[in-house]
Amino acid sequence: MTLETFLSEKKPALIEKWFNLILATYPADTSSFLKNQKDRFTNPVGHTIYQGIEKILDELVQGVDLDRVSPFLDNILRVRAVQDFTASQAVAFIFSLKNVVREEIKGEKNLTVSCDELHKLDSHIDALALASFDIFMKCREKLYDIRANELRNMTFRLVQRANALGGERDAESESPPEGSNNDNA
Amino acid sequence: MAKGPTPEELSNIDYTPPPKEWMDVPTVFKPGTFCWGAKGKNLQILEFPNARDWTPVEEDWKLPENWQEILLEGMKERLGKYRSFQLFMDICVRCGACADKCHFFVGGGDPKNMPVLRAELLRSVYRKHFTTAGKMLGKVAGARELTLDVLKEWWYYFFQCTECRRCSLFCPYGIDQAEITMMGRELLNLIGLNTDWISGPVANCYMKGNHLGLEPHTIVSNIEYMLDDIETITGIKINPSFNRKGAEILFVTPSGDLFADPGTYTCMGYLMLFHELGLDYTWSTYASEGGNFGFFTSNEMAKRLNSKIYAEAKRLGVKYIIGGECGHMWRVIHQYMDTWNGPADFLEVPVSPITGTRFDTAKSLKMIHIAEFTADLINHGKLKLDPSRNDDLVVTYHDSCNTSRGMGLLEEPRYIIKNVCNHFHEMPENTIREQTFCCGSGTGLNAGENMELRMRGGFPRANAVKYVKEKHGVNMLANICAIDRATLSAAVDYWVPGVRVTGVHELVANALIMKGEKKRETNLRGEPLPGKEGN
Amino acid sequence: MKILLPLFTVIALVVIAFVGVQANLHALFGIVIPYAAVLIFMFGFIFKVLKWGRSPVPFRIPTTAGQMKSFAPWIKQNKLDNPSSRLGVFGRMLLEVFLFRSLFRNTKTQLYPGTKLTYGSEKFLWLGGLAFHWSFLIIFVRHFRFFMQTVPYPIQLAEHLDSFLQIGAPLLYITDVVLVGAVTFLFLRRVFMPQIKYISLPADYFPLFLILGIATTGIMMRYFTKVPVVRVKELVMGLVSFQPVIPEGIGSIFYIHLFLVSTLLAYFPLSKLMHMGGVFLSPTRNMANNSREVRHINPWNYPVHVHTYDQYEDDFREKMKKAGLPVEKE
Repeated sequence: MTLETFLSEKKPALIEKWFNLILATYPADTSSFLKNQKDRFTNPVGHTIYQGIEKILDELVQGVDLDRVSPFLDNILRVRAVQDFTASQAVAFIFSLKNVVREEIKGEKNLTVSCDELHKLDSHIDALALASFDIFMKCREKLYDIRANELRNMTFRLVQRANALGGERDAESESPPEGSNNDNA
Repeated sequence: MAKGPTPEELSNIDYTPPPKEWMDVPTVFKPGTFCWGAKGKNLQILEFPNARDWTPVEEDWKLPENWQEILLEGMKERLGKYRSFQLFMDICVRCGACADKCHFFVGGGDPKNMPVLRAELLRSVYRKHFTTAGKMLGKVAGARELTLDVLKEWWYYFFQCTECRRCSLFCPYGIDQAEITMMGRELLNLIGLNTDWISGPVANCYMKGNHLGLEPHTIVSNIEYMLDDIETITGIKINPSFNRKGAEILFVTPSGDLFADPGTYTCMGYLMLFHELGLDYTWSTYASEGGNFGFFTSNEMAKRLNSKIYAEAKRLGVKYIIGGECGHMWRVIHQYMDTWNGPADFLEVPVSPITGTRFDTAKSLKMIHIAEFTADLINHGKLKLDPSRNDDLVVTYHDSCNTSRGMGLLEEPRYIIKNVCNHFHEMPENTIREQTFCCGSGTGLNAGENMELRMRGGFPRANAVKYVKEKHGVNMLANICAIDRATLSAAVDYWVPGVRVTGVHELVANALIMKGEKKRETNLRGEPLPGKEGN
Repeated sequence: MKILLPLFTVIALVVIAFVGVQANLHALFGIVIPYAAVLIFMFGFIFKVLKWGRSPVPFRIPTTAGQMKSFAPWIKQNKLDNPSSRLGVFGRMLLEVFLFRSLFRNTKTQLYPGTKLTYGSEKFLWLGGLAFHWSFLIIFVRHFRFFMQTVPYPIQLAEHLDSFLQIGAPLLYITDVVLVGAVTFLFLRRVFMPQIKYISLPADYFPLFLILGIATTGIMMRYFTKVPVVRVKELVMGLVSFQPVIPEGIGSIFYIHLFLVSTLLAYFPLSKLMHMGGVFLSPTRNMANNSREVRHINPWNYPVHVHTYDQYEDDFREKMKKAGLPVEKE
């Protein structure tokens, strides 16, 4: 049996283990709700992660095509980017897949895996991790973008007016209203 | 060489220790989840106690010496004034039906965002000081002292509730976390603990008439710019009036619509609709705010801000009031305004001058929702509409928390949308109408510094939008709330890129065939109309 | 700890009653304590309800759970979930109190692996709650045959229906089975669902254990250890007619049962069990959504400090004039 067939055969077990490891990255109070087998789906966070890793494993078995796998990584990291994780914590879950796979291999007597095969798999996982860093950064940048956009949307009319008026009015009446508090509905 | 953490170590934060009792879990102020503290000068304008600048992450909150006494006194007073508060402190059985109904819990997973637990934060102190069992048995009875840590926990979590009432819908006793959050925030305001994002707009609104602090001439020129845009698009010059005595109708809308895109397009929609009807109406610069951030502060502050609407209607001598698209504004107007500042016996029962329809359901309040007004027009065939102008849009509709669970305005806006758009699809059943999910940024949580929290809170809503985007190709999220227009824009931009946000009356104005208009090439946003691309 | 403490408390209560009866304190457990418990229950309950009733309802704040009464006759109102009249509110309260309407609405966030996220309907809590409350009520009503010389027809009917399965001798009451099952379900929920376990307090487990104790002792008396019903009735009738007697030969199990019931009664007004009275007073449920039609009066409404138009104009008069806005004072 090749590593590839092994991985596709063991997919459900791998997903299970990997999923639990990811949920374990949440603070104890939170993960105790999420990690419980019966209960783990009571949260779209759980849903997004579960669906994401399922697809990532599919891809991993077939050889990683980053274009195809990126959307699924994106779904997971988009959630983690707003959940109190540092960049390293947010993407660490990718590396934990290495352990998950190795543990499964250990438990399987009929399987001998060559160093080459394992090395190839590790490289794939590393590629995923690198892509994850990029996605995480993109999400964080997006957050700052949104902040900036909100400000811009708020001030659009102000700028429009200021431009049209040139220097006609005194500066005071054109200053934006009260610092940061100028976009509440 | 320094040994860095392994991936497993990074992965396994706080995993092994079994979860502690919630009372023993200290509150950590995580960046991105809370707002800056209120500024002293704003609290001073509002005559609020303990006005000073302070920072939530600093150890010292600059509290008055006897803050515990003030809070317990305040609690006692409110227990006697609000049956809701007294009852909701007493009767919760912790059945857990509300637990997974909160968007902050669903999107974030922090257990103290379960409505029941957020209420227990306050309830535990209530038990300690106001019940026999709590006094005698202490922690066994679920009671605890009001310590500084507890206070900080209150502040952190009562500003992580948007008073959306979704939990109250599922509670077998109708326990409403919104009521508890309101009381919690009132108490916090007794010792000067508000957020900058709330107290700033409240001070603005008090002095200048609107949250943004737009002064009278600024309001006029803002609207003039919209009129220019309207003229460019339709060729029609509109001349609305301001502060005009003797008008038949006073129009009040959230000031966000005057200023921030995409709310401004909704505002252009109002202007075009009223012009087309030849409505005898006026704007007010004094009552230039429909929303009410005072409502996120205290009942008294909300009343102080709200009083301007009736006062201005009386001064101008109008017959009745029409209110624009806004969520919490309508909770306040529907359930509070008449009680606070009524009776409005100087006004008349609203009657549409176009259709003659008498709005008896608002016969005491004398204020109607623009969605009611427009739905009535459409039903009487008084509007010439070309829905195909919205054919590039696949629309879904987000019910605002307040208009759905604090009013019940569900079908009127849908009726309008279906008449002005050809492509409309509902989101999944358990995420709309009375079960709608909050935008995640209501009750003054729509600041920039708590963006992570807002995104988590907006996740359940965005998740449903994503579903209809994938299923039906939805690209436009309609709503009747100024806060939604601002905050859902951010939420879908993050979670469901490609979907945009609109007010219902922007859709109406796009479809509205106006007398004497030139052939329209673009929609209100200046984008080519379907079929006109590349012209 | 949260679970064991209430469990041991209930066990201690059983032991106290048992030891008390062994020590010949029949009068204490058969007369004094039941009377005291009923007094505490009645006064406590009334006190609590009056306290709630006295606190005002300043605002009309129903949770609207459907389409409101619209200005337009062509928009259909949801009269039960968003009532605008007293009759509608009555209907809403009936559904809430007798059928647990809000719990029926309960949903559960669910994922079917690999497919999609849904918010499915979750009826178990509703079913469990309904089974528990209804069987408790019927059992309570059935007990009235101990309180009256001649058993009225409705109570006989309840008994007949309750035992219509005709199993065993004495006939098995369905509600006995349902009650024990439902209480067990409600208990297991609190143990096995992490969210619910996290929010539960000792005060949530205690009544469950107490009721389980009451049910168990009751069932043992009826089906297994067989107490002399005639003498039990003699004791109860004595209590009811204020001529208390202690008949000989009633086993300790009856006194344990009675002591647990007494504890429940006395505990009731001090605890969350008061939701029984509270549900009727809940302002988000028992008010009509007609606040635009009829002005709701807040008894403590007071004048507040406002920023008047005149003050506003004083602040901005020049700017207003420059912008062409009408002003009151030139």
